Amino acid sequence: MSEGHSTYTPKTGIERWFDARMPLPRLIYDSFVAYPVPRNLNYMWTFGGILSIMLVSQILTGIVLAMHYTSDTNLAFDSVEKIMRDVNSGWLLRYLHSNGASFFFVAVYIHIFRGLFYGSYKAPRELLWILGCIIYLLMMATGFMGYVLPWGQMSFWGATVITGFFSAIPLVGNWIQELLLGGFAVDNPTLNRFFALHYLLPFMIAGVVVLHIWALHVVGQSNPTGIEVKSKTDTVAFTPYATIKDAFGMIVFLFFFAYFVFYLPNYLGHPDNYTVANPLKTPAHIVPEWYFLPFYAILRAITFNIGPINSKLGGVLCMFGAIAMLFLVPWLDTSKVRSAVYRPWYKLFFWLFVADAILLGWLGSQPAEGAYVFMAQMATLFYFAFFLIVMPVLGLIETPRRLPNSITEAVLEKNKGGSGHPAGATAAPETKG
Amino acid sequence: MKKILTSLALLGLVVAGTWMSSAGAIAAEEEHNAAAPTHFPINEPKEMSWSFAGPFGTYDKAQLQRGLKVYKEVCSACHSMNLVAFRTLEGLGYSEAQIKTLAAGYTIHDGPNDAGDMFDRPGKPSDHFPAPFPNEQAAASANGGAAPPDMSLLAKARGVERGFPRFIFDIFTQYAQGGPDYIHSLLTGYDQTPPAGMVIPEGTHYNPYFLSGVSLKMPKPLSDGQVTYDDGSPQTVDQYARDVSAFLMFAAEPHLEDRKKTGFRVMIFLLLFGALVYMTKRRVWADVAH
Repeated sequence: MSEGHSTYTPKTGIERWFDARMPLPRLIYDSFVAYPVPRNLNYMWTFGGILSIMLVSQILTGIVLAMHYTSDTNLAFDSVEKIMRDVNSGWLLRYLHSNGASFFFVAVYIHIFRGLFYGSYKAPRELLWILGCIIYLLMMATGFMGYVLPWGQMSFWGATVITGFFSAIPLVGNWIQELLLGGFAVDNPTLNRFFALHYLLPFMIAGVVVLHIWALHVVGQSNPTGIEVKSKTDTVAFTPYATIKDAFGMIVFLFFFAYFVFYLPNYLGHPDNYTVANPLKTPAHIVPEWYFLPFYAILRAITFNIGPINSKLGGVLCMFGAIAMLFLVPWLDTSKVRSAVYRPWYKLFFWLFVADAILLGWLGSQPAEGAYVFMAQMATLFYFAFFLIVMPVLGLIETPRRLPNSITEAVLEKNKGGSGHPAGATAAPETKG
Repeated sequence: MKKILTSLALLGLVVAGTWMSSAGAIAAEEEHNAAAPTHFPINEPKEMSWSFAGPFGTYDKAQLQRGLKVYKEVCSACHSMNLVAFRTLEGLGYSEAQIKTLAAGYTIHDGPNDAGDMFDRPGKPSDHFPAPFPNEQAAASANGGAAPPDMSLLAKARGVERGFPRFIFDIFTQYAQGGPDYIHSLLTGYDQTPPAGMVIPEGTHYNPYFLSGVSLKMPKPLSDGQVTYDDGSPQTVDQYARDVSAFLMFAAEPHLEDRKKTGFRVMIFLLLFGALVYMTKRRVWADVAH
């Protein structure tokens, strides 16, 4: 997409003045106005914009919350309650921030699954995809540390369990764990460094987002057909076409977000986190936030030793391995065709994988006992098989459906089917959606 | 769009199927032994109808005032409510003068004064409810080893897991009353005979609604006629339990009405704005097949 040179022409004196010294208006114009996007993007492509506003919303609410928060184990819980009760609109800020984290993850999961479905990670977008994976990792670290800050029971015990993973690493494990905790157990130093890092990481996310968008603007967006843009008729200008569509996507997303913030603000949390942390009283079930549950299920699924690797280390390896799979996806998928639209078998396995991830999430919320353990083991097996077997093998043996020659052809073909659009519409009966 | 919906429906079926078959398998695996239950609570909380439920829910001020009376006369003997200031009680419909009088009825330990001495003084609206015990150790030692929980957030800190598929329905019914339902059920759940053979530990009281065991240390706190109501409401354990549960919801979430009112405006705004943006989007894309 970067092949075209800038079409920006400064119109006013001020614009000319800037353009000669630091062409920021030109950069903005080229990136967010003239930037060509495929004309066939569906609403799954609005989640990049949605994620941007969620990041901004989290940073803004977070900065104001930090003005009222105290990161001391004796004061943290009460300072959060002071925000909820006495700070003007404090309840709104805090519920926006805590539910905002959840909806940030809702959006990022849809964004990731969209990438997996349409093969958005394939060349030349490997680096774009990996930068996205790094953002996801940073988000997980930020979300986890943020959940510790209210210093409730789940904050404390979640932090204890998750930092405990690191002690399973041979040789350096205990050292890493003590470095994270600032001591031998979760305590005041832990809370302080988590607060400092929780404030720092979102700005690192913002930095990687800039790289992510930069990489995107070099290679251009993929699209539902997975066919590269070939001519000018394949694209439309970012503004107004993508901007208005993104805006509508954002409003719909905000509607669901607001529904939880105002009507079910504690639905996604755990009641135990409204009890102040007590190191002497372990909750009956320690459960992480919902967006970590699939990985938590994978961690607990490894109940057996494999040679020299004990079950604890095995669980930790599988959990980190599950995330590492995402980084390898561009090279695990051997298919020449990008989009699952033209890959009937991949499409089937993709939806099975989505179901598997949801199932793992539910298993992560259940106690690790009885039939749940076996189910989690099976689901974990499928999770890894999807990346390590299905992706490489399917690409070699699957016969894809016929690909259209271009995006424009795909669009016209689809509209010939009669979707109510006047452009090129004939009275053909509706054959497919 | 239709394709996406079909895929989602199929996906839902697959997931639901897996869940149900697994839940069935797990239920079959469990032994039903009434005398030694393994999952708590034994009975699920009863779902009551609350004035503050739903998108337009508001607190019933008369009920909150009765609930406060129950808290003051019964619960506060053992349970603190550290996070709630007297001024918060304006939400119960009391005037500023009434709150001053109410606060003055409490003695607050304050100090040190200029001479360096601690002293007692009557409460002010900005004071919080004083705790019944000077510290947690005193509370624990006076109550058989475990301090009675602080009540400020109890209605949000208690909740029985809803399980599949109810947690899905809860999104649509906006069920957020797990706390008050639990407290009401617990308070009315005493006086039941444990199943034959069940071992009730010494010094505890059987209650099938208790979240973490067969019995709890707190004896039955309420009895009929214990608290005098002057608005003609029935003076029964059930009514007391409802009123104090509602009051505790208020104590935990004093801005609930504000939240729901603001929420309605936000939803209406997003609907209208969304409709306008959608129409603009249609107009912008009208000449481009996509």
